[in-house]
Amino acid sequence: MAVLVIADHDNATLTDATHKTVTAAKAFGGDIDVLVAGKGAGDVAAAAAKIDGVRKVLHADGDAYEKQLAEAMEALIVPLMDGYDALFSPATTMGKNVTPRIAAKLDVMQISDITGIEGTDTFERPIYAGNAIMTVKSADAKKVVTVRGTAFDAAGEGGSASVETIDAPAGPFKAAFVEEKIVQSDRPELTSAKTIVSGGRALGSKEEFDRLMIPLADKLGAGIGASRAAVDAGYAPNDYQVGQTGKIVAPELYIAIGISGAIQHLAGMKDSKIIVAINKDEEAPIFQVADYGLVADLFSAVPELTEAV
Amino acid sequence: MKVLVPVKRVIDYNVKVRVKSDQSGVDLANVKMSMNPFDEISVEEAVRLKEKGAVEEIVVVSIGPQQAQETLRTALAMGADRGILIKTDDNVEPLAVAKILEKVIGEEGPELVILGKQAIDDDSNQTGQMLAALLGWPQGTFASEVVLEDGKINVTREIDGGLQTLSLQTPAIVTTDLRLNEPRYASLPNIMKAKKKPIDEKAPGDYGVDTAARLSVVKVTEPPVREAGEKVEDVAELVTKLKAKGAI
Repeated sequence: MAVLVIADHDNATLTDATHKTVTAAKAFGGDIDVLVAGKGAGDVAAAAAKIDGVRKVLHADGDAYEKQLAEAMEALIVPLMDGYDALFSPATTMGKNVTPRIAAKLDVMQISDITGIEGTDTFERPIYAGNAIMTVKSADAKKVVTVRGTAFDAAGEGGSASVETIDAPAGPFKAAFVEEKIVQSDRPELTSAKTIVSGGRALGSKEEFDRLMIPLADKLGAGIGASRAAVDAGYAPNDYQVGQTGKIVAPELYIAIGISGAIQHLAGMKDSKIIVAINKDEEAPIFQVADYGLVADLFSAVPELTEAV
Repeated sequence: MKVLVPVKRVIDYNVKVRVKSDQSGVDLANVKMSMNPFDEISVEEAVRLKEKGAVEEIVVVSIGPQQAQETLRTALAMGADRGILIKTDDNVEPLAVAKILEKVIGEEGPELVILGKQAIDDDSNQTGQMLAALLGWPQGTFASEVVLEDGKINVTREIDGGLQTLSLQTPAIVTTDLRLNEPRYASLPNIMKAKKKPIDEKAPGDYGVDTAARLSVVKVTEPPVREAGEKVEDVAELVTKLKAKGAI
C-alpha cells in the first residue's frame, strides 16, 4: 500500500501542516511519498525528505506550480495516483482548493478534514462545525482525504528519503495568477501558534483592539485571533477570525478577551489545551469551556495582565 | 451572461444540533431549516452582478426534498429568475451533487456558476471544486471579491495568510467566502413576486446520475465535552495559575 501526501509550502519553507499530514498517513499505513510541487522549491523538497517516515519525495517544478493553482495540480496529480492507494492533503486553503478536483477525476468521494483514522477505510471527521463527530466508511477503491492539522502531532525529523524529480504538465491552464497580498508579520501563524490571544466585540473599536491586544500578544509571543463579531465590526482583519467559518486552532494557551463564546467561535478553539476567558458578563457561554475564567472589565484587566506576564 | 447558483437546505445557522441517541445522525425533526449561509452569499453576488447589468439571467438549483422548494423561493425572492428543484429524499454526497450539476449545466449553458464554499451541515467544502474538475473549468474558491472584466473573471480569494487574486477564463466556477457580501433580506413585494416565478421539478434519475452513497455512516457522536474550569478572582491569581501550569 502507498500513500501520496501533498506538501503545503511557499517555495521556501514547508508548513507544519505537512508534517501533521504525514503523521495521519502513518496511521493509515503503507509507504509514504510526499509531492512537492512548486517553483524553485528545492529547499522544500530537501526539507520534506527529512521528515521521519517518508519513503520518497517527488519534486515537480514549473511556473504553473509556484502558487499551486488547482488546475495545474489536478493535471499533475491525477496521473500519479495510478501508483497510490490514497491521497492525503493538509486541510489548508491549498489542500481544500486542490484536493476535491483530484477526487472528482478519480471518481472518489473525498473525506474532508479528518480528525481520526480507524483502519484503511474508516475515518472520523467533525460535522456541523464540530458539534457532532461522524465516523464514515468509504466504499471507494482509493481514498482521498484532507487532514485537520489540530488533530495530529507533527511528524519528526530524522528521515533521509530520496528526492526524485518528476515532469510536470506545463499547461496552458484556464486560471492565471494575478497577485497576492500576504500579511507580513513576525507573529506566529494562528494555526501553528503555541499561544493565541483573541479579541471580541467587547473591545469596541479597532483602536482599542490594537491598543489592548498587540502589547499582550507581544509580551506572550502569541498569535492574535478575533471572533467573527469583531471581524464583522471591522476591529480585525478576516484572517484573524477563529471559528467555524474562520480558522480552527488548538494552541497550548488560548486567551479569549471580550468574546461571549458563540457556538461558531467555540467550534474553532475548543480543542485548545488551556482556555482563559476574560469577560465582564459572568453568564457568557465562553466560561463553560474555559479552564480559568476571570469576570472583569477587560479594559483594566488586559493592561494588568500585560504588565504581569 | 447567465449565472447558475446551486443552493442547499440545511439546519438553520442558529440551531444547536443534537445527536440522535442511536448515533445514526443528528436530529432533523421539527428543526428550523434555512438556506445554507454561504449559498445566500452566492445568490446575493449573482443578484448584484445582475443589478450592475453584467448578468441577464440567474437560475437557482436545489437538490433535496420537496421542502427545498422553499429554499428556492427564498433565492427567487432575493432576485433570482427561475428555479430547478431536483427532488430526492436521499442524502446526496458532494460527488453526486457535482455530477448532477454537471448535467444541469450541460442543458442550461451558464458562463458562471457561483456556489457556497461549504454547507454548514456536512462541512465538506468539495462540490464547487469537484464540479470544476468534471467540467474542465477553472475555479476561484473562497472568493472575497468577484470582478467581471474583458471576458475574464477576476476572483480575489481568502487564503492562509492573506488574499490571492486569480484571473479565470469563462466559463468558470466561483465559490464564496464570508466577506464577499452581506446578503439582503427579501422585501415583502419581492416575496410575493417570487411566488409567481417558475420552478421546474426534476429527479436525479432524469440526469442519469447514480446517487448511491460512497460513504456509509458508522456512527455520529457528541464531541467530547469540555468541563468548565474555575473562576479566578483577579489577574494576579490568573497569572499564578497559568505559571503553575507552565502555560506562560
